[in-house]
Amino acid sequence: MKTLRIGTGAGFAGDRIEPAVELAQNGNLDYLVFECLAERTIALAQQARMADPNAGYDPLLERRMRAVLPICHRNKTRIISNMGAANPVMAGQRTLEIARELGLTGLRIAVVCGDDVHNQLDANTFTLMETGETLAAFNKPVISANAYLGAGPIVDALANGADIVLTGRVADPAMFLAPQIYEFGWSMDDWQKLGRGTLVGHLLECGGQITGGYFADPGVKDVPDIARLGFPLAEVSENGDAIITKTPGTGGIVSVATCTEQLLYEVHNPACYLQPDVIADFSGVMIKQVAPNRIAITGGSGHARTGTLKVSVGYVDSFIGEGQISYAGVGCVARGRLALDIVRERLKITAVDCQEIRCDLIGLDAVLGAYTGDIATIPEIRARFTARTSSLADAQRIGEEVESLYLNGPAAGGGVTRSARQIVGIVSGLIDETLITPTLTMLEV
Amino acid sequence: MRLHQIAHCRTGDKGNISNISVIAYDNRDFAMLADLLTPAYVKQCLVGIANGAVERYELPQLGALNFVLHNALGGGVTRSLALDAHGKCLASAMLEIEMPGR
Repeated sequence: MKTLRIGTGAGFAGDRIEPAVELAQNGNLDYLVFECLAERTIALAQQARMADPNAGYDPLLERRMRAVLPICHRNKTRIISNMGAANPVMAGQRTLEIARELGLTGLRIAVVCGDDVHNQLDANTFTLMETGETLAAFNKPVISANAYLGAGPIVDALANGADIVLTGRVADPAMFLAPQIYEFGWSMDDWQKLGRGTLVGHLLECGGQITGGYFADPGVKDVPDIARLGFPLAEVSENGDAIITKTPGTGGIVSVATCTEQLLYEVHNPACYLQPDVIADFSGVMIKQVAPNRIAITGGSGHARTGTLKVSVGYVDSFIGEGQISYAGVGCVARGRLALDIVRERLKITAVDCQEIRCDLIGLDAVLGAYTGDIATIPEIRARFTARTSSLADAQRIGEEVESLYLNGPAAGGGVTRSARQIVGIVSGLIDETLITPTLTMLEV
Repeated sequence: MRLHQIAHCRTGDKGNISNISVIAYDNRDFAMLADLLTPAYVKQCLVGIANGAVERYELPQLGALNFVLHNALGGGVTRSLALDAHGKCLASAMLEIEMPGR
């Protein structure tokens, strides 16, 4: 019986590169998948592309490809990634150039497009999940609109002999599901198998989060050699059951606990995980340790897909300005509160238009809400003032007022930092899958 | 007794919705977790965080509950003014919850 070995090379755009290299070297992999496209990343990439038509793909693509291409080429490991972001064609072109520079030959690169639906959306009928209104009524400057493609076009790319598949927006688990469909010959309406393949993808897509990252709680949940956390791989059987593991010698831990946490990560109803290809059902999943760092995953299932694809729309929302300053010792909480009051008053006096204001004392109430304990025992706090504005100039005024507390504010304030940035927001809706036509372009070295 | 003694948690985010899993270290504690951690009790304990509806899903074979907290992320990850816009720290708030009568 055939077993497929699929590894994770990245779980987010900024992820570490050397664990991917290690996995490519020692994982005996059939596939290495790089997931690099968070919800907002593609809108930011689209802005980059508007500024430079050759940009808009993952900024780390070049470094990643240089690091893993020679190894993957030698080991016959195929690469799948959404590093194409807002410009998969240029990502493919750049990868081609890198392969040439590295002296690699006989490489086929597939570029998947068709996720960009910006020009296809009818703003008068496209309804937003978040607000229930149409995109037209929402009335914000739209930057990008991308549909979450399924596994289909990646399967086609693999069937065309692709060694590397570069996409824009596809559902994250679909990048892992596609090689399972292709290698095992699963039917696109075998909902149970598609559900299981999605489960494997869901568990792998965040990389180190299943090998001991986002997990350690010293003394309670200890993770060995965590600075050398290995990236995960799955050994998938033809029926879709899998073993989640990592390569020997790497740091971290793959346990029932890490797998259970990741199973529910960013999941709402576990019986109804909506994907382009299937409604995956994780409600009956069993997680069992079979050896150290080897966890068996069984019991995944699925139901017929909805026939609609989610579309993420990126838009220019607002600007956020922020400033922080520290106070310590006796009375630090009172001085911090005074500092925040002063900034609030100053913004009024100078007529800075703030749509929304948030004041925190970091160390007291910034993360978990109102603090009700004894403030006399607090050794130090950091006052944080942040506000939403409609212009960058107004956003910059927030930090300026915090900085001027050095000379004009409460006693003994120090360590000011400030920032002002444009906020790209995301709203979502659904589009009929029949309106989307993914396209495939093959490049060859 | 705090939840931290018998369970571990992980937070995930989607838009303005946070989900927090609660997983018993020992499956034999699951019945107690399911009994005590009602959506209403969790909403009450996470006042100021769980600003909307709280839903709960059960996976008894894994000793796990999954809480879905609506309107919990300051309007949504991409535009929230919060320091921890993703609500990554919220699992720790859940672990602080006192188990009534235990």
